[in-house]
Amino acid sequence: MKAAEAVAKCLKKENITTVFGYPGAAVCAVYEAIEKEGIRHILVRHEQNAGHAANGYARVNNTPAVCIATSGPGATNLLTAIATAYMDSIPVVFITGQVSSDSIGRDVFQEADITGASEPFIKHSFLVKEAASIPKIFKEAFILAGTGRKGPVLIDIPEDIAEEEIDFKYPEKLSIRGYKPTTKGNKLQLKRCAEAIAESERPLICAGGGVLLSGATEELYALSEKISAPIVTTMMGIGSLPTEDERNLGMIGRFGKEEANIAVNKCDLILLIGARVGDRAVKSPTFIEKTTKIIHIDIDPAEIGKNLTADIPVVGDVKNILSALLDVVSERDVPLWTTKKEDNKEKTLAEKLVKRVSERLSDGGIFVSDVGNHLITAANNVSLKKGARFFTSGGMGTMGYALPASIGAYLASGKDTVAFIGDGAFQMSLQELATVKQHNIPVKIIIADNSSLGMVRDYQKAKNLKEFAVSLDGSPDYLKLADAYGIKSALVDEESDIDEMLDNFLSAKEPFIILCRTE
Amino acid sequence: MKHTISVLVENTAGVLSRITGLFSRRGFNIDSLAVGITDNPDISRVTIVADGNEHDVEQLAKQLNKLVDVIKVQSLDQEQLISRELWLVKISCTPDKLSELKNITEVTGAKIIDVTPETVTLEISDWGAKLMNFKALIEPFGILEMVRTGVVAIERGAGGIGRK
Repeated sequence: MKAAEAVAKCLKKENITTVFGYPGAAVCAVYEAIEKEGIRHILVRHEQNAGHAANGYARVNNTPAVCIATSGPGATNLLTAIATAYMDSIPVVFITGQVSSDSIGRDVFQEADITGASEPFIKHSFLVKEAASIPKIFKEAFILAGTGRKGPVLIDIPEDIAEEEIDFKYPEKLSIRGYKPTTKGNKLQLKRCAEAIAESERPLICAGGGVLLSGATEELYALSEKISAPIVTTMMGIGSLPTEDERNLGMIGRFGKEEANIAVNKCDLILLIGARVGDRAVKSPTFIEKTTKIIHIDIDPAEIGKNLTADIPVVGDVKNILSALLDVVSERDVPLWTTKKEDNKEKTLAEKLVKRVSERLSDGGIFVSDVGNHLITAANNVSLKKGARFFTSGGMGTMGYALPASIGAYLASGKDTVAFIGDGAFQMSLQELATVKQHNIPVKIIIADNSSLGMVRDYQKAKNLKEFAVSLDGSPDYLKLADAYGIKSALVDEESDIDEMLDNFLSAKEPFIILCRTE
Repeated sequence: MKHTISVLVENTAGVLSRITGLFSRRGFNIDSLAVGITDNPDISRVTIVADGNEHDVEQLAKQLNKLVDVIKVQSLDQEQLISRELWLVKISCTPDKLSELKNITEVTGAKIIDVTPETVTLEISDWGAKLMNFKALIEPFGILEMVRTGVVAIERGAGGIGRK
């Protein structure tokens, strides 16, 4: 068969039923093949958003999702999406068309060295040089993206190679010489963890994105119960346990909850689980190093000791390690210590809206936040029940993430999906309203409109700088815009609007936009 | 402190750019880097000499290990390694100074590999301090051109990378 047909067959073998992309000349053969193979294609309106949509899709399933673009600008438009997936360890396989192999290096039309350009922020990439290697490369790509520390992988396929005839045989199993991720925790280290836990008076668990990526929420909760430790989360760890649970002290960090940060300062042992100690989560690692005993559990050995020195490092898959730890750790029969206090602060309309919408999400429902001031509002006010998820671009902080990611999240889950987007970020991805409309994807969109780039504005204010280049004057009337796309919309102006509107909002079988004015 | 790191890598296109990209991206300072194929044509061996503290070098090794093309990384114990670097040096040298130069080559183990009425090209293979010493001896002649391979190193004794 044609190599391009082999590509589609490989995707089938990996149980890929939906792909996101944008066609072009160099990738047409692959498109023809995926159509023949019956794989659903979601045409986005910008390649970057195909990458974010695949990101949302992958986060729901915890297995690699696929995104396709053409050579040159199609491929370079993926870069931000690749970097976004890389920073948050999201498994996405990116497929790009490339100019013919005999033209590579001649600067022909729509040629760009995408394997080179993406190299600093991609787990691995392949430039296909022989058509016959396609099945092996795809198998490797899916293994690399979806195992160990997950992440993006790119396969660049020259146009002429896609047209070559090959014999198709998909490898069932494959070992990659330079890739042997440690998945099981070292027994001795686990024993040391158990000892440290037994000796501690105020153990604290800090759950990062790794807990969700390894599907370890049950084990996390069981450990918290067994050792009587409260849980704080990083931004990527939100949704590891229900928000209102007495064990959940909220998100740590510069924009986190006070009680979560106090807990970090008060504990005498912290179990960092699948968290990479990013600068926004832990501003001064040296302080914690001095005051607290640290257990650091992560699948990536390079994360341990990178930003903070751990007393007891444990490398491996979080789910494996937590179940092994549950076997060796002794029960601490003491009441749960806590820093929780009554929250009496008056909430803004946007904060109330976030809470009310998110607490209605069904099991498996997803709240996707974009990036900006509204992300802080979202992170600190979402109220997630068991099984509900929270997605954002945590590491990269990519504006324009939420709308396309929510498209992917809905298509993977079929569950309530809400995208909460600032007006700045919305204008970076609003072209995807057409994608939403075209495929009738019933995502619910909340635009938090403050007519400015609020986070930058606040930063300027804090630094005593002049307010500059942050006004979003000239923005469209979003309700009219929704109308232009044929999407229903409503304005939420006061609290009484919320409940009335929410009755229909999540259950609507079509997309819906809410506009909410914020500060 | 200087560290010598041996890295076995897949002998594929792009592997060197991945390694050098990693250095600049993560802010590691490299003194020298030498690459060549091993007895197995699928595998190349890279020798890196880097300056930095223990933490930096540990991070460097961990980050290298994350590259899929990297098969094995080993930081060599400074006490337990044999290292060599090859230099080719072109110096000014008229026939009347040739016997003086011959004395130097005899002591240092350098070889004269090309002679013209005005120049001599020397070859030497040695390590660290000895090479610096050689340089000091030939500098008075006037160094016209010089090329170094970068340091290659191997573990002393029966052990080695990928062997126990």
